[in-house]
Amino acid sequence: MTVTLKKTDVVIVGLGAAGGVAALPLCRAGLEVIGLEAGGWLGPADYAPDELANNWRGWPFSAQKANHEVPTHRPSAGAPYSPRMAYHPMMNAVGGSSIHYWGQSWRLNPWDFKVVSATTARYGAHRIPKGSTVEDWPFGLEELEPYYDKVEYEVGISGKAGNIAGKLDSAGNVFEGPRSREYPMPPLRGTGYTEMMTAAAKTIGLHPFPGPAAIASVPYEGRPGTAYHGWCDRAGCHINAKSSTAVSTIPKALATKRLQVVTGARVTAVEVDRSGRVTGVTYLKDGEVYFQPAGAVILASYVYENVRLLLLSKSKAFPNGLANNQGQVGRHYMSHNQGAHVTALFPRDINTWYGMPAQGVGVDNWADDNFDHSGLDFIGGGNMWVYSSRRPILTGNMTTFGKTKGWGSEWKAFVMQNADRTNGAYLQKTTLPYEDNRIDLDPVVKDPLGLAVPRITADFKDNEKKIAAFMQDKVIAWYRAAGAIEVERGTLGTMGPTTHCYGGARMGDDPQTNVVDRWGFAHEAPNLAVVGGAVMGTSGSRNPTLTLQALAWRTAQHLADKWSSRTS
Amino acid sequence: MKDKGGGLSRRDMLRGAGVAGAVAGSLASPAQAATAPERREALEALTAAEADVLEAFCARLVPTDASGPGAREARAAHYIDRALAGALASSREAYRSGLTALDDRARAAHGAPFAELAPEVQDALLTETEAKAPAFFALVREHTLQGMFSDPYYGGNADFIGWDLIGYPGVRLAVTVDQQALDPHLKPTHQSGYDFPMFNRAKRAPKPGSDGR
Repeated sequence: MTVTLKKTDVVIVGLGAAGGVAALPLCRAGLEVIGLEAGGWLGPADYAPDELANNWRGWPFSAQKANHEVPTHRPSAGAPYSPRMAYHPMMNAVGGSSIHYWGQSWRLNPWDFKVVSATTARYGAHRIPKGSTVEDWPFGLEELEPYYDKVEYEVGISGKAGNIAGKLDSAGNVFEGPRSREYPMPPLRGTGYTEMMTAAAKTIGLHPFPGPAAIASVPYEGRPGTAYHGWCDRAGCHINAKSSTAVSTIPKALATKRLQVVTGARVTAVEVDRSGRVTGVTYLKDGEVYFQPAGAVILASYVYENVRLLLLSKSKAFPNGLANNQGQVGRHYMSHNQGAHVTALFPRDINTWYGMPAQGVGVDNWADDNFDHSGLDFIGGGNMWVYSSRRPILTGNMTTFGKTKGWGSEWKAFVMQNADRTNGAYLQKTTLPYEDNRIDLDPVVKDPLGLAVPRITADFKDNEKKIAAFMQDKVIAWYRAAGAIEVERGTLGTMGPTTHCYGGARMGDDPQTNVVDRWGFAHEAPNLAVVGGAVMGTSGSRNPTLTLQALAWRTAQHLADKWSSRTS
Repeated sequence: MKDKGGGLSRRDMLRGAGVAGAVAGSLASPAQAATAPERREALEALTAAEADVLEAFCARLVPTDASGPGAREARAAHYIDRALAGALASSREAYRSGLTALDDRARAAHGAPFAELAPEVQDALLTETEAKAPAFFALVREHTLQGMFSDPYYGGNADFIGWDLIGYPGVRLAVTVDQQALDPHLKPTHQSGYDFPMFNRAKRAPKPGSDGR
């Protein structure tokens, strides 16, 4: 028996990085909001300095919904399936994966919004990779700038501006687009190692800078500055210095008394009436089925669950899944091109035992369209990032650069000598959507409720592979300039489930090729919004979270501003 | 680039201590190293026969040698036995069949249990295992490294042997700028994360299903 609850203004499905932000402008505008979250509340005592639990046993601390819904993956239709990942890259909790993420909080580069028009203007239309479905975003960076700014201040981001209203500052990232003002907090401090890498970058003409992080560098809004102990890589912060939505925007929304958080709630379908308008959501909690009616619904799960919920929500009006009458749900999918690392070996200890992945130094000289691609056979590029973070079990699993086998006395001697002498660079690279990369429902694999899990059919194409090789060369040059004596190239990996993914409910003006409009609302269902990476049409060469948070704020603000036209 | 000065680094000193420890310890006699270890507590998942094979297996992956103690002293096999009764229970059958096969092979080829063979004979059998049963070998290696380098809370890394081996200066809840300098000369803290009162789990075991399955 379904229990029908009292109607509310807005239901948000998922209170993570995106949903946790979207709640705040709605509540401040006076709307009543119910946040349905599959996980529960976590707190500092749950965030032990425990590498085994955090990094090897898949984040054990909250509800295990996502781990039963790990997408399947195959590189292409007809190709064999990849081994299924044991753990979902994301977690369920109030605050979601913003609790355990690295916290790198970038704005996209202006080029990322205008890949088609900017590439065509500079190099010609023939340089758009064959088979790519990439479009310009429906707006440029300047439209999103006020929302980036809002989120940086409301969530709490540390960083150093490189471009305030066109005035460049080489202490920050001179390749970033113009911003209206400085970050609310100074950047995370450097370490001996990151200063060594900063100096080396300058010797070869690069422009190194400290990256932006959703980690308080100094006390902020009642939370302390970071203690730099370094156990927050796939774990929460034991002093709440990490600016997850669980300690920033969600408590602010709760303080308005207009947000009601329902934990342990698993949404199974979005309901529509005969005309195709969304009426609310059905969810399971403690074995009971509830229907929560709402004036508007915001899907704020991770990309895989947002797409799955749309595809599972079939009705007379939407026989192929909600907002999918054009067959666009699940299309334009991207797993971020973030493999193909490089590991370096230095002739001395570098003391990276402490610190976290966001405590590093970045270089954007080879990112986006910051360099001339005329003589190259790809478009886009990558951000280079090196950082101070090392964990003991991972150290035991270090590469030996081909110098010894992986066990025995020789191996042991190598590890004892070199445990603190290696460093891995993180290379985030442009990824484009292609016509055959997509998410749909797996025809065989189900979750414990009997609902199909998502299936990813996607593979990196030539453009992504060429960027990867190019970026590896560039970071090797940087490592060599810093004195590295060995380097090892990692593999690109697959487009299987990952922490950075995009598309599936792309945002754009054309309803034939996009699921949501320029405000984030479904073209086919005007009181249904989607927030998160699913709406992003390009990846950029940096972490997606701040961008999807800025988009979530913008979508929520639009709903509040246009309440009557969106919901009547 | 600046490198270490003339004095002994902390790692060099640890290495020196390891040599002294090894002379006094089990390495002095390979025969002694090959005898079954004294058990400090009841096994939780493995049979005694399986545990003997595993103990010897781990001890060859991270040997006790001139550079210092290894998996045996760090009690990596104890970590694995405990984990197989809990978070790693799904690997229990792989251990049963893999360890039994290894011991059978030892008896067939050399007429003695794997645990009683000389280290170089054990190494040859493990090299063979690595080639013929790579998934099982990789599983034991992965778990041995967890037993070496995870928090001692889980039953391995005894006396912080694993963390000292790699020079990890230990869990600190706050780290100063000086402690992140290139040559910080840090003393190991030798504390489990769960020794800190805010994370103390003395009264609760790891949650069921904590491997996330």
